[in-house]
Amino acid sequence: MKDNNIKKVLVLGSGALKIGQAGEFDYSGSQALKALREEGIETILINPNIATVQTSEQVADKVYFLPVTPYFVEKVIKKEQPQGILLSFGGQTALNCGVELFRSGVLEANDVKVLGTPVQAIMDTEDRERFNEKLAQINVNTIRSHAVETVEDAKKAAEELGYPVIVRAAYALGGLGSGFCDNEEELVTLCESSFSFSPQVLVEKSLKGWKEIEYEVMRDRYDNCITVCNMENFDPLGIHTGESIVVAPTQTLSAKECNHLKELAIKMVRHLGIVGECNVQYAYDTKSMDYYVIEVNARLSRSSALASKATGYPLAFVAAKIGLGYSLFDIRNSVTKETPAFFEPALDYVVAKIPRWDLSKFNGVSRNIGSSMKSVGEVMAIGRNFEEIIQKGLRMIGQGANGFVGNKELKVDDIDKALHEPTDNRVFVISKALQAGYTVEQIHDLTKIDLWFLNKLQGIVNTYKEMQQHEHIEEMPLELLKKAKIQGFSDVQIALAVYKNNMDLEEAEDIIRAFRNANYIRPVVKQIDTLAGEYPAKTNYLYLTYGGEQNDIESELAADGRQQNSVIVLGSGAYRIGSSVEFDWCSVNTLQTVRKQGYKGIMINYNPETVSTDYDMCDRLYFDELTFERVMDIYEMENPHGVIVSVGGQIPNNLALRLDRHRVSILGTKASCIDKAEDRNKFSSIVDKLGIDQPKWKELSTFDEVDKFIDEVGFPVLVRPSYVLSGAAMNVCYNHEELREFLGLAAEVSEKHPVVISEFMQRCKEIEFDAVADGGEVIAYAISEHVEFAGVHSGDATIQFPPQKLYVETVRRIKKIAKKIASALEITGPFNIQFLAKDNYIKVIECNLRASRSFPFVSKILKINMIELATKAMLGLKPAAPAKSAFDLDYVGIKSSQFSFSRLQQADPVLGVDMHSTGEVGCIGDDFNEALLKSLMSVGYSIPKKNILISSGDALQKADLLNACRLLVSKGYKLFATAGTQRYLVENEVPATRIIWPEDLQNPELAGKYRNAVEMVQNKEIDLVINIPKNFTHRELTNGYLVRRAAIDYNIPLITNARLATAFIRAFCSMDVDDIQIKSWDQY
Amino acid sequence: MENRTKATLCLDNGQSFEGYALGCTDTVSGEMVFSTAMTGYPEQLTDPTYHGQILCLTYPLIGNYGMPSEDTCKKSGLMKNYESEKVQPSGLVIFDYCEDYSNWEAVKSLEQWMKEQGLTGIMGVDTREVAKSIRDAKGPLRGRIQIEGAEASGFSKEVFGPADVACKEVVSYSPCNGCGPRKKVVLVDCGVKHSVIRSIVKSGCDVIRVPYNYDFTSMEYDGVFVSNGPGDPTLCYETVAILKKAMEQGKPMFGYNLGFLLMARAAGCETKRLDRAHRSANQPVRENGTNRAYITSQNAGYTVVEASVPADWEVYFTNLNDGAVDGIRHKTLPFMGMQFDPAVCVRLNDDMTPFKEFIQKL
Repeated sequence: MKDNNIKKVLVLGSGALKIGQAGEFDYSGSQALKALREEGIETILINPNIATVQTSEQVADKVYFLPVTPYFVEKVIKKEQPQGILLSFGGQTALNCGVELFRSGVLEANDVKVLGTPVQAIMDTEDRERFNEKLAQINVNTIRSHAVETVEDAKKAAEELGYPVIVRAAYALGGLGSGFCDNEEELVTLCESSFSFSPQVLVEKSLKGWKEIEYEVMRDRYDNCITVCNMENFDPLGIHTGESIVVAPTQTLSAKECNHLKELAIKMVRHLGIVGECNVQYAYDTKSMDYYVIEVNARLSRSSALASKATGYPLAFVAAKIGLGYSLFDIRNSVTKETPAFFEPALDYVVAKIPRWDLSKFNGVSRNIGSSMKSVGEVMAIGRNFEEIIQKGLRMIGQGANGFVGNKELKVDDIDKALHEPTDNRVFVISKALQAGYTVEQIHDLTKIDLWFLNKLQGIVNTYKEMQQHEHIEEMPLELLKKAKIQGFSDVQIALAVYKNNMDLEEAEDIIRAFRNANYIRPVVKQIDTLAGEYPAKTNYLYLTYGGEQNDIESELAADGRQQNSVIVLGSGAYRIGSSVEFDWCSVNTLQTVRKQGYKGIMINYNPETVSTDYDMCDRLYFDELTFERVMDIYEMENPHGVIVSVGGQIPNNLALRLDRHRVSILGTKASCIDKAEDRNKFSSIVDKLGIDQPKWKELSTFDEVDKFIDEVGFPVLVRPSYVLSGAAMNVCYNHEELREFLGLAAEVSEKHPVVISEFMQRCKEIEFDAVADGGEVIAYAISEHVEFAGVHSGDATIQFPPQKLYVETVRRIKKIAKKIASALEITGPFNIQFLAKDNYIKVIECNLRASRSFPFVSKILKINMIELATKAMLGLKPAAPAKSAFDLDYVGIKSSQFSFSRLQQADPVLGVDMHSTGEVGCIGDDFNEALLKSLMSVGYSIPKKNILISSGDALQKADLLNACRLLVSKGYKLFATAGTQRYLVENEVPATRIIWPEDLQNPELAGKYRNAVEMVQNKEIDLVINIPKNFTHRELTNGYLVRRAAIDYNIPLITNARLATAFIRAFCSMDVDDIQIKSWDQY
Repeated sequence: MENRTKATLCLDNGQSFEGYALGCTDTVSGEMVFSTAMTGYPEQLTDPTYHGQILCLTYPLIGNYGMPSEDTCKKSGLMKNYESEKVQPSGLVIFDYCEDYSNWEAVKSLEQWMKEQGLTGIMGVDTREVAKSIRDAKGPLRGRIQIEGAEASGFSKEVFGPADVACKEVVSYSPCNGCGPRKKVVLVDCGVKHSVIRSIVKSGCDVIRVPYNYDFTSMEYDGVFVSNGPGDPTLCYETVAILKKAMEQGKPMFGYNLGFLLMARAAGCETKRLDRAHRSANQPVRENGTNRAYITSQNAGYTVVEASVPADWEVYFTNLNDGAVDGIRHKTLPFMGMQFDPAVCVRLNDDMTPFKEFIQKL
C-alpha cells in the first residue's frame, strides 16, 4: 500500500526540448504530477521549460524555473526539504542529475527517498558493463561489448570483435556520439567525438539488419509484472528507434515469439529490480529465435509515451502511483474506469509512429539516418490496417506528402544507393522504387526491411495504378474507391490519380468528397478502449477509419443535424523546428477554458508527445489528421458550436480559409482576415493604408523588376514566400548571385503564393507584440524585446520580457500601431506582431492572427493567462481587460533557445533568419543579469573558469565586444583571439593572446609561434568560444566553421552573436552563481 | 479482393455484415465467440475449446506470420506448433487478411491451411462491432457465414462437448529423456490442447491420457489433470461422477478451463454462464489473500457460483475485471482448479506457479 510518510515530492523535469528528448517528458511529468496531487501530496517541480503544460498553474504546487543540474536541484532540496524525489519522468537529463545527486550523497544527507526504481537499478542499466554482467547472471543475451576509455583500447576491441562495429557513448541520451564504423579510420573519428560526451565508450559487434522489437514493462513492488505493449520497427536494427517508423503491436512475430520476448522482458525487469515503468529493446534475428537485448531504459521514455498513446494505458500515471507504493491492481484503468490497471491492453487497431526530420534547415548536415537520432518530432497514426496508418502518418508529418503515393516527384540519382543508405526520405525512395518496378525482394535486399511491410506498400502502389486507369470518379467502381479509402488514400490522392493534373486540386478534392458522401462512403469513429471491446468502456479516445461499418459512439453524435454545445480545438501536429510544446500549451489551455465555460472540448491532434492528446484533457479526443478532409469529417459528425484554429500554430491557421468556404463556423477572427494577415501582399497594402511603416518590399514576378527594386533599396535583402512558419525557405541575400540562386529554390516551395523580397534592416532591435483582442480591440498585450539585433530568427533569439532597453516612446508607438492593426483586421482572439525598431522609428515586419510561440512565456511571466482570455473572447464572452497594474512587473523573464547542433553532425552552428533551435527555456530573475544567467545555464551554458576564445567578426562587431572584453580581463579571464581581433584588442589596451586558424598551420612561421584555435578547443583548454561570423552567407568550410563545429563536438559553450555574448559576459561578471536566487514562480 | 466470392456474416440478433469469403466456401453456422488476443491464430484455430464455434478475431490483421509446419513429435505424436491435429472452429471472422505472410517458421499461408482443413472464413468484417454484439448478447449468439450464391440456411443450435473432441482411447506419453521412477499423471481429456500435454511431459511426468468418460480410478496414478474443452459443464455429468470418485482417493488433482468447472461441480459447486465470457489473453486475476496478480489467457463461457463453494474449499483466484471466481482449491487436500491455461502465456511469479505446485505435490 501507499507509503504515508511521503508528503512532499520533488519532480525533475527534462528542461528544453532537444533532439532525443522532447515533448514526451512534458506528458509523462504532467501525468506523474497529476497522480501525486490526486494523493494529496505536495509537489515541487524543477523545470526551466516555461512553455510546458507541467509548469502551468494547478499542475505542481510549486515550480522552479531553474536548470535541472545537481547544483540547483540540491539548493531546491535544501530549501523545500521534500521526503521523496521522482527521477524517471524527466528523461535522461533528470535521470543523470538524480544519479549524480545519489552518488554525491546529497539525497541521503537530506533524507530524500527516491521513489520508484532504485538508483542502483538505474545505474545497473546505464553502465553497459554492469548491465551485461547483471543480465548474464540470468542467462539473458546482451550484445557483446567492450567498455573502453581510450581510442587505443577502442581499436583493440574492434579488432577483436571484427568490423562492422557500433560505438556508443555511455550515459548519453538518444544515442548521442554513437554510430557504426566499418573500419579503423571511421572508428577513430567517432571515438574522438564520443569521448567528449562521455568518459566511457562501448564498442560492440554490429547486428545491422536484424529486427528491432521493443517491450514496455510495468512492475510493482510486490513483483507483479505486466507488458503493456510491444512494438516492431519498420526499419531494421542499425537505425535508431527514434529515427525508425515503429508499429504497435508487432506484426511479424508469432505468439510463441512474442511470449518468448515477453517472458525475457519480465525476467529482466524482476532481476534488475525496476519499480515502475521500463522499456526493453531487442535485436531479433529474422531467421531463428535468436535475440540480443540492446538496452533497458529504467525510466519513462519516448517509447513509453508512444506506448501510452498507442494503447490508452497511462504508463507515467501508473508508474508514479507505483512509486508511492501502490500495487498494480490497486490502481484503476483510467480508460474503462471499471477494470484495474493490472492488465495488458489488447488492441483492435494498429498504430504507426513516423519521425519528422527538419534536416533541410541545416547547412552541411548529412541527411543519412542511422544509429544516432536526428529527428525533431513524431506523429502517430491509428487505423485498422498497415496501409491506412502509413498513409495517414505520412500526411501527418506535414512535409507536403499526400500519402505513400501521389506525391511530388522525388529526385533520386541512384535508387539502389538511396535504398541501401537511408536518408530522411527513405519511405519516399521506397515508393519511387516500387513505382519504378523494383520488386519487394530487391528492396528487401537493399534495405533489410521486412517483406511484410514492403508487400503492404506494394499493395498501395497497385491500388494507385488501378485508380489511375480512370478519368472520372463516376466511372471508377465503388469497390475500388472503398478499397482505396480502406487503404488510407485521401481524397486528394484519389483526385490526383483520377484527374491527374488536369484540374485545380482543391476543386477535384471537393468532387471526390461529394461523390463519396453521395455514395455513403464515409469513415467511422472507433474507440480506443484498451481491451478490444471485450467490456463496455466509457472512453473518449477516438480515431476515424474506413476499416469498419459502425460508429462506436453513434448515439451521441449529432445525427439530427442540431448544433451541439461543443467546440473543436485544432492542435499543432508534429513537433518540428518552429512549432513545438508552446502550441501544445496553448491547445491545452484553450480546451480547459472551453470546458470551464460549459462547452464540451473536442481535440483533434496526432502528436503522441503531447499533453493535448491525453484523453483526460478533453471531452473527446480525435487522434487523427489535421487535414481539410479529416477535420470536415469530424465537423460533420460533431456539428459543434465552432472550431478554434488559432491556438495550434500554422497547421490549423492554414486550414481556416478553406474550412470557412465550406461553411465551418470558425470562432474568433474571421478567416478572411486571417488570410489578409497571412498573405504578405494583402497585409502590406493594409499596413500601407493605415500609414504604418514597413520595410520596403516587392512581389516578385520578373527578374527585371527585382533588379530595379534592389537598385532602390540596396543589398542585403530578405527573400521569403508567404504562408511560412519558422522562416522556412526564407533567406537573406547579399548580392545578385545569391539572390538568383535562392529564388530558384524558393519558387519550388510554394507555387500558389508569391515570393516577396524586402529590404533587410541591419542593427535594428526586434520587438514582439503578443496580444489578445476582442472585436478589434486589444484587451491584453505583452511587449518583449530580443537581446540580439534583428536578423536572428525570433524563435532562436534570446527574449527579455518586460523589455529592458526600449524607449517609452517606442513602446507607446508600438501600442498605437498594434491597436490600428487589431481594429483593421477585426481581430478576436490571440495575435502576434513583430516590429523592427531603430531609435524611435518603428516598422512592422509580420503579423499572425494566432497564438505565437511566446504566448506561454509571456503568460507565465505576466501571470495573466492570455490564452484563457483569448478563448473567452473567441467564445463571445467579452472578457474584461486585466488591470493596467498587472502589466507592471518588478522582475525580468528571459527566454533562451536550445540548439541541438551536437546531434547534427557537420551542421554549422550559426544563427540566421531561418530557425534552428529545437526548444527553449524561460527563467525569472530579480534583474536582467540574474534571469539571463539562469536561462543560459538552463540551455547548457556554464560560467567560464579561465580561458575564452574570441574571434569577433567585422569592425562594428569588434567594437561591440570591446567593453565586454575589457570586463573579462578585469575579472582575471585570459583571452585568446585570432589575428584581427587580437590586434584590435591590444590596440585598445585589452591584453589577448594570439592564436591561429587551422589554415595558418600551412605557414611554418605562424605554426611554430602560435597555438591553433581548433586544437585548443579539442584539448578543452578553452571554457567559452565566442565566434561571430561576418555575415549570413552560405556556409563554407571556413576557419570559423571549423572552430564553431569543434566547440559543438567537444561540448564547449559557444556564442555566435555579439549582443548575446556581451550580455552574457556582463551577467557573469556582475554576479556569482551563488548569488542566483532560488525562488519559485509564486515568489515573484 | 475483387476476385473473391462475396459472403455475409448473419447473426441471429438480426445483424449482418458484408465481406468476402476466405478459405473454403461452404456456408457454415455455429455459436459466435470472439478473442481479443493479438497473436496466436494457429493455436486458436486448433484449440478444441472452440470446437464448432465461429471465431471472430478482434485484432484486425490476421495471417501476418502464416502457418507453421504441422510437424509432430516423433515419440509422442503430439503437434509441435498446434493445439490439436485439426481445425476446431467451424468458421473464422476477420477484418483484414494477409496473404503475403512473413515469418521464418511459416510454411504456408493461413488461407491455404484453411482450404486444406475445410475451414470457411469471412474477411472484411467490422470485427469490433461483431465482438460488441457477442459481448452484449444475452445468452449464446448464433451466427452463419453465408456464401453468396449458396442457398440460405438457418442457424445451427448444435451444442458441442468433450465427446466431440476428446480422445477415444487411452494414450500414454513419457518424457524423451531421463530415467528412474517417474510420477504418473492421469490426464482427463475433455478436449485437451497439445501444448498442455507437452508441458506436463516436460515437467518429467508420464502422462496417461484418458477419454473424458473413462473411469481411471482403478488405475495406478499419482495425480489427476482435468483438461480444457468445449461445452456446458452441467452436461458433463459422466466426468463429474468420475472426478467425485477420484477425489475420495485424495491424490493431487488439477483442473483448468472446462476441467476447473467439472472439478468444481464434483466438489459440490454450482456453475453458471458468465454474463460476459472471458475470451482474451489479458485476463487479470488475483490470488486471494496475497498481493500477487497474474495476467492469464482464458477462453471461458461459464464460471463457479461463489456462494456455492463448499466450506472445505475456498476461492483461489478472482478475476480483477468482473470479480468472477477464476479458481478454487481445497483447504486441506491437494485439489485446485482455475479458469486459465496453466501452460501457455501465463506470467506467474517465477517462484511458485499453481502448476509447479501440483507437480511438486505428486
